[in-house]
Amino acid sequence: MLDQADGYMTADGRQIGPVVMEMKNITLRFGGVEAIKNISFDIREGEVRAIIGPNGAGKSSMLNVISGFYVPQDGQVLYKGVQRPQMRPYQVAQQGIARTFQNIALFEGMSVLDNVMTGRLTHMKTGMFSQALWKGRAEKEETANREVAERIIDFLEIQAIRKTPVARLPYGLKKRVELARALAAEPSLLLLDEPMAGMNVEEKEDMSRFILSMNDEFGTTIALIEHDMGVVMDLSDRVVVMDYGKKIGDGTPDEVRNNQAVIDAYLGVAHDE
Amino acid sequence: MSKTLDGAGGLVSVPALLHRNATQFGSAPAYREKEFGIWQSWTWSQTNEEIEALALGFLDLGVAEGDFIAVIGRNRPYLYWSMMAAQMVGAVPVPLYQDASAEEMAYTMSHCGARFVIAGDQEQVDKVMEIQVELTEFEAMIYLDPRGLRKYDSAKLTQYSAVQEAGRSKRAALEPEMKARIAKLDYDSTCVMLYTSGTTGKPKGVVLSNRNVIETAKSSSEFDDLRQTDDILAYLPMAWVGDFIFSVGQALWCGFCTNCPESADTMHTDLREIGPTYYFAPPRVFENQLTNVMIRMEDASPMKKRLFDYFMGVARKVGPSILDGNPVSLIDRINYQLGEFAIYGPLKNTLGFSRVRVGYTAGEAIGPEIFDFYRSLGINLKQLYGQTEATVFITAQPDGEVRSDTVGVTCPGVELKIAENGEVFYRSPGVFVEYYKNAESTADTKDTEGWVATGDAGFIEESSGHLRIIDRAKDVGQTGNGHMFAPKYVENKLKFFPNILETVVFGNGKPYCTAFVNIDLTAVGNWAERNNIAYASYQELAGHPEVLSTIQSHVEEVNASVAQDAMLSDCQVHRFVVLHKQLDADDGELTRTQKVRRRIIEEKFSDIINAMYDGSDTISTTTEVTYEDGRKGAISATLDIRDAAVQTVGAKIAAQ
Repeated sequence: MLDQADGYMTADGRQIGPVVMEMKNITLRFGGVEAIKNISFDIREGEVRAIIGPNGAGKSSMLNVISGFYVPQDGQVLYKGVQRPQMRPYQVAQQGIARTFQNIALFEGMSVLDNVMTGRLTHMKTGMFSQALWKGRAEKEETANREVAERIIDFLEIQAIRKTPVARLPYGLKKRVELARALAAEPSLLLLDEPMAGMNVEEKEDMSRFILSMNDEFGTTIALIEHDMGVVMDLSDRVVVMDYGKKIGDGTPDEVRNNQAVIDAYLGVAHDE
Repeated sequence: MSKTLDGAGGLVSVPALLHRNATQFGSAPAYREKEFGIWQSWTWSQTNEEIEALALGFLDLGVAEGDFIAVIGRNRPYLYWSMMAAQMVGAVPVPLYQDASAEEMAYTMSHCGARFVIAGDQEQVDKVMEIQVELTEFEAMIYLDPRGLRKYDSAKLTQYSAVQEAGRSKRAALEPEMKARIAKLDYDSTCVMLYTSGTTGKPKGVVLSNRNVIETAKSSSEFDDLRQTDDILAYLPMAWVGDFIFSVGQALWCGFCTNCPESADTMHTDLREIGPTYYFAPPRVFENQLTNVMIRMEDASPMKKRLFDYFMGVARKVGPSILDGNPVSLIDRINYQLGEFAIYGPLKNTLGFSRVRVGYTAGEAIGPEIFDFYRSLGINLKQLYGQTEATVFITAQPDGEVRSDTVGVTCPGVELKIAENGEVFYRSPGVFVEYYKNAESTADTKDTEGWVATGDAGFIEESSGHLRIIDRAKDVGQTGNGHMFAPKYVENKLKFFPNILETVVFGNGKPYCTAFVNIDLTAVGNWAERNNIAYASYQELAGHPEVLSTIQSHVEEVNASVAQDAMLSDCQVHRFVVLHKQLDADDGELTRTQKVRRRIIEEKFSDIINAMYDGSDTISTTTEVTYEDGRKGAISATLDIRDAAVQTVGAKIAAQ
């Protein structure tokens, strides 16, 4: 099923497209430590792709390689079929890749709306000077971008906190604001680093609902790291499992669930003594 | 204005009124809704076009005359239009409570046999999907917000805009039929069917005719001089008769603008932005707002707090008199003006009440302090008394005759009589047609001459001619000593304390009275924070000894005040318990309109009630709770039972 080059149809009727991001034999070292050892996998257009693994497996490093923040010593990263050169973070954003962080990285003193608007930055063409004067093109541009931001605020149901400074929000809402900012960039690939960490059951359910409807409504391709196995298995189309920097499994949630290497990594292996 | 609003000349139905508004006030705003951070608005002529398109779409779907169309969702212009479009094709709109559970919806929808449902969003669609096997007459569902619905089986689902599109494209073919159906509507056609909240037993479907709705809208609009330029905020449940009368009846009659908030959470921001001129809220909303103001003043700087305290003192002294137009000394007037500049004006602006010309509260008694607080700020807050069966209005307070302990004089066209047992009866053009499919209840409530029993006990105050309500007639009983027992009377006094959110008093046929108390988490939580008292849950805070002592002092204060009233002095609360959970509509303890359901509470907590009468000091109990998503769980707790001091009433003690 996964070998079809042009994509496939999921059981619930979503069209999954061709490969957008391909990781080929990636190896990442920090000095003598090999964080990622010769890993290959791909991400297809329109799918929800999860990366899971125990603590220290190298998941966040992998996400940082995808986002271009780390440059691997060996291997190739192909984005939309083209080998990606070394890039600055803003260049990554311009390519249509957005992300959220495990430890929230918002502008605490700014309002929710302003934070979401920063996500629109790559879509604004006018210079700082004309924006400050707020005349003509700059004004039109801001109005158009504000509309996009407002649609996302509506989508994520954060209207009531639109004008609230982020510092005053509880953790669960900050996570949602961060998602809003990433979504505001209208990314073609969205990277979520532990979107449910530290949330209660209800917040997790809300977040899962948002991730699914995001994928459904906007067709956003999503790559996520997550610890909560239940969440991962429910949300994702395909799962990569890592352990000690190596890939030990790759496939649909069902395939991964029944993979002996994965079970061993998560539950431990019995010793024969 | 209002010279054009002459009688019922031809204006005998909702479509007729809509047509008049579209012609006369075509370019005036009719509906606004905040969406995407901006107030979107529709004029009367745009509204008319939208509604006609939808009505034509209904015809295209095969809606027949007399069909019931259930409408469920939060307050949105589209849903108000759905109700009016239903009326245009001779169907009967049935708005339902949006927070009703699937089972509750199954009951009402199969009771009226709704063929069509208009659902606001995925949540409501899911509920209908869940119960559709029970709904034999159900055919199709129209949804507003498509989010999350793309993967749903589309056989029975149509998007609202698609229905309108179909209507617009087939206009030529369908319009004659629509016109013919509108022409058939008269003053006795059914306008709407509303389900009662069901304080006792299953909800009943109250059928209201065009006559009920339009006559009531007309007389009440004249009573309060409502104008075409008024603005209201529609945020109360659409299934509630009041919202129907304000946002459809009076809005159509006067042609004023109905504003819908962005979401339930943004209601207070939206209220402030719109600044309605005509406003309605149940006492609970006013209480919450006052509690919030007081909490914020606790945290304000000493200078601001002193200024606030000083000018609120001035307002309390002369504010109500100024509002009623009574003479006030020049110095007080100047002082009040200063206060208006420094405190009242900004405060009213923050609360969203700057422009309120007519404000009403009803449904429950409002605390005198709360009532006076708003009136002293110069907000014309009044009380009215009404019910679904009367199309809301029975009595209301005219400007200048406002008091916290009465509910006013009879509204134009209403007659009132008090039965021997104290129950209030009324007769008016607003009296409902019938309870749908329930002739027996109709006959029990409405006699052949058209008098309707309210179920409330009350009396007319001789000095002012105002009606005063004591309690539900069936709740009024006798204590073990043979004295009058009116639980609501005591409960209201208790609830006037900001720390007490809800309370239930028992004592019918018992040797003495006892009470359950729910603390107000906002007020008590803030107190706990300021006193460095840590707590993890409602239950823990409710059981804190200092909280219990505070509540005890409130109960004792109430006992002292109840003792003043010779007729009701036996209703003093001897023992009480602060409950370990909040009474909740999801658990069936309150109605969806937040009224206490005594019988159910008595059954559910019978062990605690028994413990209050057998002299125990503590009681261990386990209670089933229902979470918002319908799952059930249980919480257990050991509750302290406290004794409260009671006042002895001289004469009675001597007799015993």
